Amino acid sequence: MAVKVITVGEKILGTNDAKAEENKKLLVRHGILTVNIMSSPGAGKTSLILSTIKRLSKKARIAVIEGDVASSVDADKVNALGIPVVQINTAGGCHLDAFMVEKGLHNLPLEKVDLLFIENVGNLICPNNYKLGEDIRLMIASMPEGDDKPYKYPAMFADTEVVVLNKTDLQPYIDFDEKAFRKVVIGLNPDVIIFPVSCKTGEGMPAWFDWLEAALKNKKNK
Amino acid sequence: MHEASITESLLSLALEKATEAQAKKIISINLVVGELSGVVGDCVQFYFDAISRGTIADGAKLCFETKPTQIRCRKCQSVFTPADHEWSCPQCHETSVEIVTGRECYMESIEVE
Repeated sequence: MAVKVITVGEKILGTNDAKAEENKKLLVRHGILTVNIMSSPGAGKTSLILSTIKRLSKKARIAVIEGDVASSVDADKVNALGIPVVQINTAGGCHLDAFMVEKGLHNLPLEKVDLLFIENVGNLICPNNYKLGEDIRLMIASMPEGDDKPYKYPAMFADTEVVVLNKTDLQPYIDFDEKAFRKVVIGLNPDVIIFPVSCKTGEGMPAWFDWLEAALKNKKNK
Repeated sequence: MHEASITESLLSLALEKATEAQAKKIISINLVVGELSGVVGDCVQFYFDAISRGTIADGAKLCFETKPTQIRCRKCQSVFTPADHEWSCPQCHETSVEIVTGRECYMESIEVE
């Protein structure tokens, strides 16, 4: 039988992108500001979420989707604050995709939510390739990881709207060159907003809270 | 596990296109992946061989064209390959740059019969 070549020219993850658009429409319909939080394991995703809940839960109705390879350790911490939370275990998968998030959304009281945090699986490579339907992509880089990470994971730093530079309380003990870090991150991504913070001491957190509150107000006025 | 999910997506896309064309068998699948896409060809082929069993894609060969990372200076528009720790423009030393290739992850074509 004759061999025939069929031109495809389509993104391999096109079906994920389409599902992410559906999720986004659903979230927009409910007026929810959605933040996709990405970082390497242990950079402070859960700490940032918990601190932000404590500060903003009187001003905004918050919900969380927790993505982890296994366990519900993070979801339990959020649940303890009385915040609606859905745990997604990816069973070995290294990222959340739009289909998993769709299931998560169906298990949240969307009509009673203003702000949704999606905590992605700790990983700096693939989460970046999977849109989920978020408004804001936020990545956390923590100082002990080193100032060279933007060279190693440039796509992640190029695509994010917000970089939270966490664990600034450790600066005196480590050789993290913040100036060099900023130079390469802003070079790749001129519109990025960088918040140097310590989730542990609270240093720098007010600037992040204010920015997020302004983004929430902006969303409500749309 | 990244490759498992990519492989599932590419198998379903290839099967969809082959079925539309009423093909009996998929011989090969031509993919374009950038260095920054995090896709390892050998891993994808390994998963593909396992999950395509019993479909018309069983035995298909995956052909990868790898795109190197190239960045462009936002000031003088020079395109260059970045060094490990130096992403400033070699022409004008500008630090504002954008990634132009290296992030590809798409299916170019499939060969069927």
